[in-house]
Amino acid sequence: MTHLFAITMGAALFTLMIPVVYRIWVGPTGFDRILGVNVIGTKTAVLLVIIGTLFDRVEMFVDFAIAYALLNFVGAIVISRYLNRTISLNEMDAREKKGGAK
Amino acid sequence: MKSMYGDFFFVLASTTDLESESGFWVLQIIGILMGVTGLIFFLGAAVGLVRFPDFYTRMHAAGKGDTLSTMLMLGGFGLVTMEDFSLGSWLLLVKIIAVVLFIYLTSPTSSHALMRAAFEDDEMPLTEKDLKKSKKSVNK
Repeated sequence: MTHLFAITMGAALFTLMIPVVYRIWVGPTGFDRILGVNVIGTKTAVLLVIIGTLFDRVEMFVDFAIAYALLNFVGAIVISRYLNRTISLNEMDAREKKGGAK
Repeated sequence: MKSMYGDFFFVLASTTDLESESGFWVLQIIGILMGVTGLIFFLGAAVGLVRFPDFYTRMHAAGKGDTLSTMLMLGGFGLVTMEDFSLGSWLLLVKIIAVVLFIYLTSPTSSHALMRAAFEDDEMPLTEKDLKKSKKSVNK
């Protein structure tokens, strides 16, 4: 029963990840791609718990899930800060150009 | 059977045995309901992520649906794997609740940071003007 539930949930999660991969593939901006990667990373933590249920080693895989969620969070924060920083540099360039046009 | 179909089907076949069932059935039913609810929320998030026209609306769908569906699915698995009320299974439940609390705190935070980065990048939301423009370009 537990195994059947785990297999069904894992397959459904994997199927529902395909639209998210589509958004990562064609995303018009970079932020869409980061958003999709973030969603998939969060769902991978759930998939790790499901895999642990299938192998009967949940107590080990839950630790992996904690580590993966932590890495996902840190990655999202770092990437958004990085984009923020580079973007403010771009903005500075644009302001310099505006000042030159005046 | 095992040699014919391989390991995957062996796992599927072994789950139909009544002997391999273990766990407290009320908790299992609550857990399965929570898992299915989480899948429904994730379906909403995936559909919104594909079909919404704008970055901010997509972020709205992904942020909310992703957070709630992850919490529901992890909680459901925590209840389903609660086999007996021994110390190990309590520890497992506490660990899974720790993951749920962690995601409850961090997923909106990362959504907020990403939204702030996009807003400072002058990523504009979709307005009525854009809709009229796209209609005109379609009519042409």
